[in-house]
Amino acid sequence: MSGITDLGVAAIRDGVKAGTFSAREAAVAYIGAMEAGRPLNAFVVETPEHALAAADAADADRAAGNLKPLSGVPLGIKDLFCTAGVQTTAGSRMLEGYKPVYESTVSANLFAAGAGMLGKLNMDEFAMGSSNETSAFGNVLSPWRRNDGGNVALTPGGSSGGSASAVAARMAPGVTGTDTGGSIRQPAAFTGITGIKPTYGRCSRWGVVAFASSLDQAGPMARDVKDCAVMLEAMAGFDAKDSTSLNLPVPTWEAALSSDIRGKRVGIPKEYRIDGVPAEIDAVWEQGIAWLRDAGAEIVEVSLPHTKYALPTYYIIAPAEASSNLARYDGVRYGLRVQPEQGGLNDMYEATRAAGFGAEVKRRIMIGTYVLSAGFYDAYFNQAQKVRALIARDFDTAFEDVDLLLTPTAPSAAFGIGEKMADPIAMYLNDVFAVPASLAGLPAISVPAGLDGQGLPLGLQIIGRALDEQGVLNAALAFEERAGFNHRAEAWW
Amino acid sequence: MSDYRIQGATGEWEVVIGLEVHAQVTSNAKLFSGAATAFGAEPNTQVALVDAAFPGMLPVPNEECLRQAVRTGMALNAQINAWSRFDRKNYFYADLPQGYQISQLYHPIVGEGEIEVDLEGGATKTIGVERIHVEQDAGKLMHDQHPNYSYVDLNRTGVALMEIVSRPDMRSPEEAGAYVRKLRAILRYLGSCDGNMEQGSMRADVNVSVRKPGAEFGTRTETKNVNSVRFIMAVIEHEARRQVDLIEDGGTIVQETRLYDPDRNETRSLRSKEDAHDYRYFPDPDLLPVELSDAFLEECRASLPELPDAKRARYENELGLSAYNASVLTAEVETARWFEALLASPGKPDAQRASNWVTSELFGALNKVGKGIEDSPVTPAQGGELLGLIADGTLSGTLAKQVFEIMLETGEGPAAIVEARGLKQTSDIGAIEAVIAGVLANNPNQLEQYRGGKEALFGFFVGQTMKAMQGKANPAVVNELLKKALG
Repeated sequence: MSGITDLGVAAIRDGVKAGTFSAREAAVAYIGAMEAGRPLNAFVVETPEHALAAADAADADRAAGNLKPLSGVPLGIKDLFCTAGVQTTAGSRMLEGYKPVYESTVSANLFAAGAGMLGKLNMDEFAMGSSNETSAFGNVLSPWRRNDGGNVALTPGGSSGGSASAVAARMAPGVTGTDTGGSIRQPAAFTGITGIKPTYGRCSRWGVVAFASSLDQAGPMARDVKDCAVMLEAMAGFDAKDSTSLNLPVPTWEAALSSDIRGKRVGIPKEYRIDGVPAEIDAVWEQGIAWLRDAGAEIVEVSLPHTKYALPTYYIIAPAEASSNLARYDGVRYGLRVQPEQGGLNDMYEATRAAGFGAEVKRRIMIGTYVLSAGFYDAYFNQAQKVRALIARDFDTAFEDVDLLLTPTAPSAAFGIGEKMADPIAMYLNDVFAVPASLAGLPAISVPAGLDGQGLPLGLQIIGRALDEQGVLNAALAFEERAGFNHRAEAWW
Repeated sequence: MSDYRIQGATGEWEVVIGLEVHAQVTSNAKLFSGAATAFGAEPNTQVALVDAAFPGMLPVPNEECLRQAVRTGMALNAQINAWSRFDRKNYFYADLPQGYQISQLYHPIVGEGEIEVDLEGGATKTIGVERIHVEQDAGKLMHDQHPNYSYVDLNRTGVALMEIVSRPDMRSPEEAGAYVRKLRAILRYLGSCDGNMEQGSMRADVNVSVRKPGAEFGTRTETKNVNSVRFIMAVIEHEARRQVDLIEDGGTIVQETRLYDPDRNETRSLRSKEDAHDYRYFPDPDLLPVELSDAFLEECRASLPELPDAKRARYENELGLSAYNASVLTAEVETARWFEALLASPGKPDAQRASNWVTSELFGALNKVGKGIEDSPVTPAQGGELLGLIADGTLSGTLAKQVFEIMLETGEGPAAIVEARGLKQTSDIGAIEAVIAGVLANNPNQLEQYRGGKEALFGFFVGQTMKAMQGKANPAVVNELLKKALG
């Protein structure tokens, strides 16, 4: 049944419903692909028993005539989501072996909708990274290779690198990701798949290991726009356990999906044309503009004047929140404990955190601690909060004139493993187009647009008004139809 | 103005006191979790996942805790901030699972208010309240469970506290004691805190500095977690003396945190300002700002009970009680509650007589057995019945005391006791006249002296008559008949 792994979320759901194949067959096929894909190191934990149990339940439900929205669909779950009884590490040595007794709201929602879990997906440690190289459990490889025959190992992006690689390599029809400053969109762009970060508050953060609470947002990553709509519908929803969750009904995004975007006004933010971005990015952006114009949209240049401050603002706020969110990993109650001989409490803290956190996490804890310190708080954190408000206002102003924004997702195609690890600033620059929408809490999707000269995928980003996931998805669908992106990584693993 | 002064070698010093009172909010659940808050449970049996800071767990505000803080603010005539926010106070300690305490630094829920405190000799003084904010309590370390390790009990972790911060308006240990007592009374009237200082439901950080009268404020020290009014007053006395001695010896006061050792009655330095934590306060991104609706505020205001000052004024002005009785009966919410239940009892006793009986008879009896009024063996209804028996002449004062003694011992009602033991007062004229005749016959000398003009002996005859009647004769009737018999 290897053909099943060519099918995405909606196609499997529909195939199971139609009886073309059983849910068990779908699960078995994907479990086989997952096992075959182990060289990519996308999964930290495999849970075939979970996927099979959900599949059997789906087959029974079908026989009983009460299929659920995702019955029979096996999914990958990013290891940032706490899964009951299944190791949840957030990519960190600190949580190695940690098995939560609770299920995150988002994964619980997916399971309640009938989906099964293939396994837990590798990621940058505590979602801090743009290449999946900061994972304590080894980097993830992208299934993509350059067309120069050199076989250089490429990153799938990050932090949802395992998620992206799993979808691109057909090891899962769809996966969960989380996006704090581009962690869904950038890896989606790097691997030629689609991923949407919904409006902040659409998906509950309860049970999602926190990186930066005011920015963290879960979303789906899948092969196309429709699959993202299907998954997001199951993932989203008000959750009283998350105070920042939006108390709004979940729209029927899939049913309302339409590529008819005639009359929509699409803004092209001029500040996103920045120096040093490869010409191929600009070219694909121009191509995207042409496609949306072809779809009947009106293209308008807009200004988001504070864009250049977004990256520094993000790299103050996110580490500040992280420095506090990660204080709980102290060796006292769960996870790693390193206890020096004769040492006291402080010695235990120091030894535990020194051994449990990787370099990037330590760097961000130190940055975050610094920007919150007495004497620096106003100059850094407080200032960043103010600039964040200005960035959000830029979007508000632009959205008085336009319905959507079209921008590149990332400033480059996937880079090689190790190429940017020595230079954190270069790594952070990967997020330059992604973080403004994160700071403003807006829905944003990355859709594959084409390949660069080296045969690697490039993605474009569509940003919408708060709560207008439908507008974003519809424009992305119109884009997708015109892009006709059907490239896929040749299986070499 | 307080004239409390520390006598130093260089003259008189004035002490300046500010108090930060931590009051545990009375609520069934914690500030941000559904875990229970009852005192004295087995360690770590009242801990939600969020209290233990498991990965991905999120705080959800408990509206009841916010409601109690708002009601407290209203009771102190304070500014209620319809918009407030929670901040994180970051530091590492084993009793703090999150690695931060959720508190309110920048935008507290309650702003400026005041408390009028009662001082010796009927004087009053208004003490300013700077703010009230709501925050999480920490857990408790247990050092006696293992030879090499400390254990931690997270039952208290995340329980809601109100931190009530006074202005540095107090000038003597007495004023500070009066402030804490009054604050405690108000909290207990409101039901926003049980005020139980022994169990740690209320404790104070005591800020003390000294200065020459009228001079600028001196440098203050803060003595943490003092858990009784007596200790608070002792800390102030001790700390003011220490500071005066230090300054007069040429030293300088350093701003520092100190601990009080009640066994030695001294304070010790815990850490200086230089060693102080940098708490890196910032708005908690897991929580939205707290926005209080008009309807919520109205509900809070409507739920306020009559508070001690208003009640005392009413007792004096409307019930006609003495200032002393009104003050004593309103000092504690339980006393006022008991007294009002007494007034409402079926016999509807006269308020002044009832107040006298409560403050003398009942308090005396309770003092003797060391019980609070909430544990009184006599119920308000029984008290009302007793007062009714006195009022209708069934019991004389003496008999009433006897009956009350029996009530305290047995818990029986007064009417039943009178009935069963025949303690009823008699107004039977014939019986009393017969007894009087006997008394006069047995005391011819006194009778002669009385008739000779020594009228003070009238009391003697009353006493003899009452004694012969075992206290059961109606004294008014005895008086009347004696006068007649003595001519």
